[in-house]
This record gives sequence, C-alpha cells and structure tokens, in this order.
Amino acid sequence: MKRQCCVPMPNKKVEQPSDKTELFVDAPPDGSEGSDSDSTDSEESVYSGLEEEEDTSNASEEESDNEEAAVEDSDEDSVPPAEEAKPTRQGKAKGGKSKVKKPSKQSQPSGSLENTAGDTHAASTSQSGADEYEYDSSDEEDIRNTVGNIPMEWYREFEHIGYDLLGKKIIKPEQGDELDEFVNRMDNPDYWRTVRDRLTNQKVVLSDKDVQLIQRFRRGKTVDPSTDPYAPWVDTFTSEVMIHPVTNRPEHKRSFIPSLWEKQEVGRIVHAMKMGWIKPKPPTEDEEDDEPKFYNLWENENESEINKRFNQHIPAPKMRLPGHAESYNPPPEYLFTEEEELAWKAKEPEERKINFIPKKFSSFRLITAYPRFCNERFERCLDLYLCPRQRKMRMNVDPEDLIPKLPKPKDLQPFPSTQALVYRGHAGMVRCISVSPDGQWLVSGSDDSTLKFWEVATARCLKTLHVGGVVKDIAWNPNVTLSLVAAIVDCDLLVLNAGLGDKLIVSNTDNILSSHTPTEENSDAGNKLPVHWHTADGKKWKEGHRVKVTHPKALSQVTWHGKGDYLAVVMPQADSMSVLIHQLSRQRTQNPFRKPKGLVQRVLFHPLRPFLFVATQRYVRVYNLLKQELVKKLQTNCKWVSSMAVHPGGDNVIIGSYDCRLGWFDLDLSTKPYQVLRHHKKAIRQVCYHKTYPLFASASDDGTVIVCHGRVYNDLLQNPLIVPVKVLRGHTMTSDLGVLDCKFHPTQPWVFSSGSDHTIRLFT
Amino acid sequence: MGNRKRKYESGAATSYVTRNQALKKLQLTLADFRRLCILKGVYPHEPRHRKKVGKGSTLPKTYYFLKDIQFLLHEPIVGKFREFKAFVKKLKKAVAKKEHGDARRIRRNKPKYKLDHIVRERYPSFIDALRDLDDCLSMCFLFATFPQTKKTRFEGIHLCQRITVEFQHYIIASRSLRKVFISVKGIYYQVEVMGQTITWVAPHKLGYQHPTDVDYRIMATFVEFYTTMLGFINFRLYHTLGLHYPPKLALEGLGGKDSDLCSKSELWQERLAALTQVLENVMPKTDDVEDVEMDQFPAGDGDDPDRLEEARVEAEKLKQFQKLFGSLKFFLNREVPRETLSFIIRAFGGQVSWFETVAVGATYDEADETITHQIVDRPNVEKKYLSRYYIQPQWVFDSVNARKLLPVKDYFPDEVLPPHLSPFVEETEGEYVPPEKQKLLSGNTDETAEQSEEEIEEEEEEEDEEDEEEKGESSEEEDTVERLYSQKRRKVDTTQTNGGEGKDKEKGRKGKMAVVRGTAEKDDAEARLRQQQMEERKLAEMMIPKKKKQLYKKIMFGRKRKVQEAKKLKEKRETYDKEQKAQKKAQKKRKTSV
Repeated sequence: MKRQCCVPMPNKKVEQPSDKTELFVDAPPDGSEGSDSDSTDSEESVYSGLEEEEDTSNASEEESDNEEAAVEDSDEDSVPPAEEAKPTRQGKAKGGKSKVKKPSKQSQPSGSLENTAGDTHAASTSQSGADEYEYDSSDEEDIRNTVGNIPMEWYREFEHIGYDLLGKKIIKPEQGDELDEFVNRMDNPDYWRTVRDRLTNQKVVLSDKDVQLIQRFRRGKTVDPSTDPYAPWVDTFTSEVMIHPVTNRPEHKRSFIPSLWEKQEVGRIVHAMKMGWIKPKPPTEDEEDDEPKFYNLWENENESEINKRFNQHIPAPKMRLPGHAESYNPPPEYLFTEEEELAWKAKEPEERKINFIPKKFSSFRLITAYPRFCNERFERCLDLYLCPRQRKMRMNVDPEDLIPKLPKPKDLQPFPSTQALVYRGHAGMVRCISVSPDGQWLVSGSDDSTLKFWEVATARCLKTLHVGGVVKDIAWNPNVTLSLVAAIVDCDLLVLNAGLGDKLIVSNTDNILSSHTPTEENSDAGNKLPVHWHTADGKKWKEGHRVKVTHPKALSQVTWHGKGDYLAVVMPQADSMSVLIHQLSRQRTQNPFRKPKGLVQRVLFHPLRPFLFVATQRYVRVYNLLKQELVKKLQTNCKWVSSMAVHPGGDNVIIGSYDCRLGWFDLDLSTKPYQVLRHHKKAIRQVCYHKTYPLFASASDDGTVIVCHGRVYNDLLQNPLIVPVKVLRGHTMTSDLGVLDCKFHPTQPWVFSSGSDHTIRLFT
Repeated sequence: MGNRKRKYESGAATSYVTRNQALKKLQLTLADFRRLCILKGVYPHEPRHRKKVGKGSTLPKTYYFLKDIQFLLHEPIVGKFREFKAFVKKLKKAVAKKEHGDARRIRRNKPKYKLDHIVRERYPSFIDALRDLDDCLSMCFLFATFPQTKKTRFEGIHLCQRITVEFQHYIIASRSLRKVFISVKGIYYQVEVMGQTITWVAPHKLGYQHPTDVDYRIMATFVEFYTTMLGFINFRLYHTLGLHYPPKLALEGLGGKDSDLCSKSELWQERLAALTQVLENVMPKTDDVEDVEMDQFPAGDGDDPDRLEEARVEAEKLKQFQKLFGSLKFFLNREVPRETLSFIIRAFGGQVSWFETVAVGATYDEADETITHQIVDRPNVEKKYLSRYYIQPQWVFDSVNARKLLPVKDYFPDEVLPPHLSPFVEETEGEYVPPEKQKLLSGNTDETAEQSEEEIEEEEEEEDEEDEEEKGESSEEEDTVERLYSQKRRKVDTTQTNGGEGKDKEKGRKGKMAVVRGTAEKDDAEARLRQQQMEERKLAEMMIPKKKKQLYKKIMFGRKRKVQEAKKLKEKRETYDKEQKAQKKAQKKRKTSV
C-alpha cells in the first residue's frame, strides 16, 4: 500500500515548475551507500544531465507524464532484488506529500510505461554518486552485502541482514516504528525521495538528477537530457554525383578500339550462320498451336481399318433419356408428395430411382440452376473409362413360355373340386381316417380318444367307441368280405369288427376270427417277441373289440396287406423291432428285420408283389419279403419323410416330407425322384393315391389338400404325367396344424380329409 | 506324348491382365495410364468367368484385355508423356535457379502432342464418330459455359465455345434438329445427322457453383479429346453441306452498334455465336436444285409401291417439319434465354432478333411490323403491338415436339402453362400416359375440339351445381318437385332406406316365424370365369421347374411393379383433378355470391 502511494510522488514534483527540481540538485544523497559499480556510461549520462538541466525540464513540461502505481507493481515483480532496493527507499522517504499525490494519480490516466530495466538503471546511477570507489569490483552491482541473490525475507528474524566482504555481519539499522515514520513523513521534506535499500536496509535519498532520470526514463525519452533527438542532420558523405572524375587520368586506348575477342566471336557466329549451322529461331507458334488445325480426317474411309479390336469393342451404353418427371413443368402427378420426398431423401443415393426431386417452375425464367449437373457429367466420365464393360444378352423371355405346357385341369376331370359334406362330432383333432373298401363307411380316430364310424353319404355318426387313448392310426381291412378295422392306441393294436353294413359279412368276420383262435395259442408258445395277443370278451366284444395286441413300445402306424390277413405296425422307438408283421388268422407275429436301419417312419405293402416299403427319415427301402433281401433303396432328397403312398400299379411311389416337398418315384426309372413338387407352403402330413382314378392328393399343415392328376402309362417309354388340378381349401388352421389326413374314396373321385379343426370333410 | 496341358496357360486366363500388370508392362504411373485410357478409349472388361481369369481367385480386380494393353504399348503419346515429365523437371530447375532465359527457352520447347491419329484410330469411319457424339457434345456444351476461374482454368474452354457454335450452325444449316426438352437439369436437344440420332444436354445458362468433389483434370482430359473429335466432325459436316469450314457469315458488315457491345477482336466470334445469320457457301447454290434432287430420289427404286408411298409421305412430313417456323418472325424479349431460343427457331427456319442493346447480332428491332411472335417471359408487357402474338417460350419447345404449330392461346403471358412433356418417352403397353399426352396422341388438339370439351365440362359442372342445389332444397323441404335426371339417384336412395327398414323389422320380429323373400344370388359368369382362369394359372405356375422359377418370379415382379407405378400415378392425377375442380367450383361460387 505504501509503495503504491509513494511511487507516483516524483511525478508530482515534476509537474511543478522545473526550478523546483533545481532546488534539489545539490542536495547530497544521504543513503548513497548503494553504489552502482557497473556502468560508466550511466555516470556519463548523469553528468550530461547536469549540464543540460534546462532542456530536460522543458521536455518534462511538454510531455504529460503518465506514470502510476501500477508501474511500481510491475517493478516489484520483475526487478532483481538488488535493484528493487530503490522503491523501498523511496517509500521510506515518502513524506506527507503522499496525500497530495493521490489526486494526481487519479488525474493521470494509466498509460504505457517504460521497461523496468531502464528504471533500475536510472536508480543505480543515483547510488553511484555516493562513493564509487569504496568497492572496486565493477562486475557486481552491489557487494556490500554478500548474501547474494536471495529473498531478503529470510533475514527477517535475524538482527543482521547479511555479511560484508570480510564476513562480518551487517547489522540491521535501527528502524523506527510507525510513529517515527509518521513524524518523518511530516517533517522531512525529502521523505518522498527517500527509498530504502533492500540489501542493506538503509535509507537513501535520491538526488534531483536521479529523480529526473527516472522521470525521463518513464516517459520514454533519452536518459541523457542533453541529447537532442531533433538535431539537424549533418551529411558527412555527400550523395550528390559529381560531374567531374575524381581522378584526372586519361582514358586507356583499348576503350576506343573495338575488342578483338568480340570480333572473333561475332565472326564465328556470322560464319556459322552463313554455313547454315545456326538457324534463325523458328517463329513462335503459340497462336497457331492454340487453334488446332482441322482437316478432313476421314478422307480415304474406304480402306478397312476395322480389325479384331473393333470387333471386341463394346460401346458404352447411352445416357438414359429424361422422362416426364424431369420436365421443368411436369404434369402434377409426377411431383413428389411429402412422404415420397422424405422417402427419397432417406434412401442412399445409389438406391434412388431418379437422382433428382421433380420440381415445377411456373415459367422458364424462374428455373434455378441444377447444382449436380457437373457431378453427373463427371460420374458419366468416370463410368466411361473406369467401369468394366461386359456384353450381356438381354433376356427377352415371355413368362408364358416358362410355364410348362400341360393339359388343362378341365380336360382331366373327374377330380374332387368342391366341398360336399362336413362330418362334425369329434372333440379333438382328427388324426386319422379310413374308408371301408366298399366306400359306404368311414372310420375316424381322434385325440379325444374315440373312434367314430360315419356313414359317408349322410355324414351321420353311427357309432362311437371310447378306446382310452389317442388314436394314432387307423386302417380298414381292404378285404371286402371282412369288416375289420385296425386301430392304434398307444402301445396297443386294436382289431375291431365294424359291425356295419351287411350282417352276413359281420357274422362271417366273427366266425373267421373265432375259428382261428385255437391255433393262435399254439403259435404263441414258440414266439419270443414281447407281443401279447388278447381276444376280447363280454362287454368289449359287444362294442366290437375283437383282438388286442399289446406291444412294449408306442406304435405309430398300421397298414394292411392287400389280402387282409397280414398287417404291419411301426414301433419307432423299439430299435430292432421297429417293424412287426402280424398275421391275424394265426395270431402270429414276425419281426422281419434284425437290425434297425434308422428311424422308421412308414411301412407299406406292395399291392401286387410280396414287397415291403420301409420309409426311414431320408430313404425308402424296398424289401422282398419272400427272398428276405433288399431290392431297392430310394433316395428321397428331403430331410424328413412324413408319409408315403404306393400307386395301385405298384411301380410308382409318392413321398411327402416335412420340408414341404412331394416326391414322385418311378421305381423302373431310378432311385431318385422323377419329379419333386413344392406346392405346399408347410409340411406335408399325408399323401395318398386313388385306387382307380389317376389321382393323388397331399394334405399339408397350410390347411390345403392339393389334388393332382398323376397318370401312369403302360408304355414304359412314356413318363408319368403329373398335373396339379385342384387346391382344396376348407379346413381352418388351429395350433399351427392344418389337414392331418386325407384318403380317397375307393370307387368315386372323392377325397376325405381330416383336420386339426375337429372336422372331417368330403370333397367331391 | 504331346505337351502336357497346364492350367491357366491358355484361354481366358491369358487374354486378360489386371490393372497393375498393365501398369508394369507399360511402365507408366497410374495417373498417366488413366489419361492414356481416356484418350485411347480403353476400358476395363468384366470377364465372364472371374475365377478362370483370376487364376483361381475371385477377388474384385479390374481386368483389361491384353490386346488393348499391347495396343497402348505402341502409342506415340506415351513417349510424349515422358518428355513432358522431363520438361517439367527442367523447367522447375531453371525457375528455381532463377535462370529466366533458360526457363523461357525451355517453356518454348514444351512438348506438344496431337490427338488426330487417335481420333482416326478410334473411329475408323465417320459414322462411328457420329454414333459416339452424345457424351462429346454434352461435355463440350458444359465446358463452353465454364468461366475461366482458378478452379476451371483450361485452354479448352474457348475452343469448346467455338466448336459448339460451329456445330449449332451446322444443325441450323442442315435443319436436323428433331426434339427439344426443358428439364430441371438442362436443355436436351436431339438431332438426326446422317441417320444417327444424337442427343445431348446443355446446362441452363445460370450461375453455377463449381462443386469441389469433382476432379476437373479428368474432365479436362476428356474434353481435350472431345474437342479434337468434334472439330474434325465439324469440318467434315461443313464440307458435306458445302460450307466454308472456318465458318464465314454470308453478310459480313452488319450492325454498326454491335461494335460497342464487345471488343473488336471478339466481334466476329460473337456475331457467329448469335446464330442469326446464314453461313456462306463455297459454291453459290439455288434452292430449286435441292427440290429437284429430292423429287428424283423416290422415283429411282421401286420395290413396294405402298412402302414407297409411305416413305414419300414421311419425307414430305419431315420437310414440313423442318420448315416449321419458316414463315414466322420472332422477337425475343430480354428476359428470355437468347442462345437456346435463337438456335431452335433458326433450326426450323424462323427469323429471330432481339434488342440491339442485349447482345451482338440483332437483325431487326422491336418496331418491325412483320414480326409475328414476340417471346415474352414476364407477366405483363407494357407496350403491345397488335400485329403479333405475345407468347411464352414454352410454346416454341412444345410446337417442335408436337411437330406442328400449337395454338398460342395456352401460352399467352400470365397464362398457366400446360405441362411440358418429355418428347423422349414412348409409352409401351401398360405404362402410364399422362392425359395431356393422350390428348396429343389422339390428335384432339384442334381448338374446336378443345372448346367443345370445355363446354362439356362446363355443362357437367352446371349439372353438378344444380344437383347440389337440389340436395339443399330437398334437405330443407322433404317433398319437392322431382327432376328427371335426379330420379335415378333418388330411387337408389329409397331402395337403400327401405332395405335398412326391413332389417330393422326383422330384428324386431325375432323369434317369430316369418317368411322373408329371399334374394336371388347374382351369378356373375364373367367373374367366375376369371376366377377359374386365375386358379388354373396358379396351378400351372406350380409346375414351373425350379430352374426357371426365379426368372419367372422376377419377370412377374417387374410387371407387377410397373402396373403399380402406373396405377399410383393415375390415382395421384385423379385426386389432383378432383381438387382442382373443387377449387374452381368454390371460386365460381364466391364470384356468384359476390
């Protein structure tokens, strides 16, 4: 605080008339121990300053002095401690004039200040005045105190403030208290110019010259007031060119004589030009070259320059011509709606159908520039030289030609085309159906563990049997003289007497079954298989149950031999006994295979020959039962066979699979499918042939039954003709299952289908 | 034992080389190679079997024909490229050493190359060159509009301007312009030169910002070749017409005021670019000669009289078309794009002029009483002459595309212009045809027909209005006098209401036995037949073998999409028309009410 106050003091002084400064000129600086050993020139400046007192005062008057406290602050920060002594001294010396100074400080706005180094320089000169020869070292600034360049606060606690050259302590001088300071300030007229040397802690009174120096320095003037910055220029060396030579020597002769060497050189060039070695520079052809010369390039066109390269040339396709949408005034329908524009913007530039947004301008004058014009030309250029070209034959195919030429379904009638009857009554999905060989009765097995007998013509349910389990498969005996139905419930094979139709046949069936009962026991003795035959009696007999064959594992399918005596069952989980053949008349069971060949899906008897078809997941094997050998192995090319049917002729087989394919095999042709149909959208559940008509049908999970015309010719050379004729819809989808079973009527071109919607439908 | 045959030593593997192999062989940098490819017209090929050509790898590489590369090997320009590189090095060195004299000398000896032989090589016959003119013209016309700026500093710009003007002069002289189209991108022109159809696009003459993502050096290389090619083509074309090749105007000194508009050195060029004057022939020719020749041609060969007759009619039509503006005199206002319109008008034999102060080349001024059409593109014109039509520029374009002078009524200033349709679209079966085009195709553009149509429309509108009025009345008073034409509607209404009542009654009587008259089921035989056919088709589709199924699906998909697009456009148009009609009606009502 003090310091800040004290620093502007000198200025205050200077503002007053210059004679006042003169008063202090001879005032001896008392605290002038601080000698400045270094600079001789500074001393000179001091002296010169003494000489020209007047000038400086004038100059000081002229210039408005704008120094202020801030400068001193900066001094504190940057000046090395040895030199900072002065401000402190000043502060000490400050008298009561500090008050006076304050307004001056306010009156003078802050301005730029001189560098602090200059300031210190000036200060040091003042010290030099005291006794400069006390210390003869000229290198160091001040070596009265030898502590060096350290913060002096470190000596704050001590009595001494450092050491002199001889190593003696320099004792701190007496420092008055605040009161002394105050008195001093009031009484001492030199208080304002007294500063404290920081190194020795002694007071130094600045001389007038010193003060002046500091002031001049701060104003940015030369430190030496005697120098005149505007002195007239003395031109030592004249710049004027004299007309007369400095020397009066006459010119040399050779300056008048043409140079021989030059002559020789010129002669040589002239000779070369004469001889034509050097030619005149050709006229600059700049203008001519800028304008290329055109002439008739194709003058002699007739000579054939067309070589092999040109035959291979693929011309670049032409740019697409603009459509109506590109017009500046297109019909309104070509303009984008807001959604279309958003969609256009959201797309990648490559995906867009047109590369601009159609715009409408009401007149030609209003058309705006198309910013992408240059880019489009550039892209075209890139295409022309960077894009690989290939000659492509444009496919000009009429889609009608791709559709194979097949007879029309109309010409292939009869086939089932409309839904005629719906058989309702089941409470669960109907897994299996079977039609009696005379076509009068229908039997169905359902998940509600019942068997239902229906009259085909009226859709009346005649009989319901509770069997106590899900009916997996059901098959009517193909023998017309028997009215037997085989059904599969879990592990049991049930053989039932339908008890419908001709009473004679019914009773005859019972007789046949009962007549064989004695023999059955005999054969049973030698049977090693874990299969047990039971004959029904009592209530069950009345319901129609006749024979029950229990198996060790769950059954999945039953099928009759054409003659109605043998039946085959599939037991997929029993490895070596997955296919069993039962003989009903003797109540005997055979196991034709010793080793399993995979998960058996279906078995079927050949309608005419003693063959057995066994479908595993991917293959169908055909065995000769008599010779006990493998006849054929068909590759189905599908993942999982679901169903199989054999043509009544016996030479063709169709396979339905869970991967939506239906494969037709011609056994005479090859082991691979003759044709694969992918009609269905979902897994095929059942396929079947018609006994008399050339029809086959497939039932699928997509709720449709597709009826196809499949004619087999007797001529071996002619391949079977397969034409899909009708897609039958009617069943509704429940729990992702559609139609589960389909069967043809034995005599009529009708098809029955049973579905997961608890119904059976007849299509005629 | 014969030589063992190894893989990849013959066939496709040896006839292609990759780009890097080509570079190695040619000993060129990639930039030079590309330049060479542009100039020589060498392009990469897509091999049919990538694996065979890539010797087992199917990596995406660019393949060139080995023959093409070998062909480049002998190109003299490759040597020039190398010389140029040496030149640049020398020049740089001289400049760096501040040897200005040397630098000047080196600069003077800058290696130059000509592309004449390349043009001949790429286009052995003149027709080949014409066939490939599309891109050439588009690029030249683009470059002709470029200013000389820092970004676009090419020597070719001036040349481009010159030769495009020359080409336009040829088109005018030979009357071979066929179609013009104003698009949002630029103006398309289609000409027929020596039986070749050439289409190009010129940008609108507006201030373009030069995009930064375009490599102008590549375009400049293309233009370098194209200017050479177009120059030679111009020469040849001028010669076929018997014109001086550096073109000469028939009347040299014309218009003293022109000299004020541009510097003297450019005056001749500007006058040529104005396209208003006829070029001078090498041999003075009379018009009669041409006619006679034309007449004699068809008489010469006689195969099929019908076809001959057809051809003659066609030729006659073409001749008429070429003289479309023959008897007309146009005057362009200053806001109209002068270059485009003067080119089109002159190409169809019209005369054209503009204010003398607008540009060089005006041949007559506005006060000329013989002017038939003045093209104006501002809503109102202060001073009108009665002796001429004031029309908007689109009339010129539409007339050319329609091949006849369209009625000017729709094109008066401040009139809402009819849509400008693209003449390049030829709609095939099933595609959408805008109604304006349908009208044009059916030849129903006569004024009388239009009038009658309008009348019909008006009548319809009136009827509609009456109907509406009636409705209003009927809502106010239940029993009003019925008019004949609204009877039907009424009847329908009543039947409908009756039906509704019947249902209500049925509901009320539920539970009671009642005999309700059954409704006869309509037996729509056609629909049934259609359905049956659909079914049959579906069944037949099932039998398409897997091999062809994909193709079939693709084709059908494409067809379906086309139909859908057409349908969408049609719907959009219908809704638009309805809106317009509603607006019109509202306006009319407002008028009447006021």
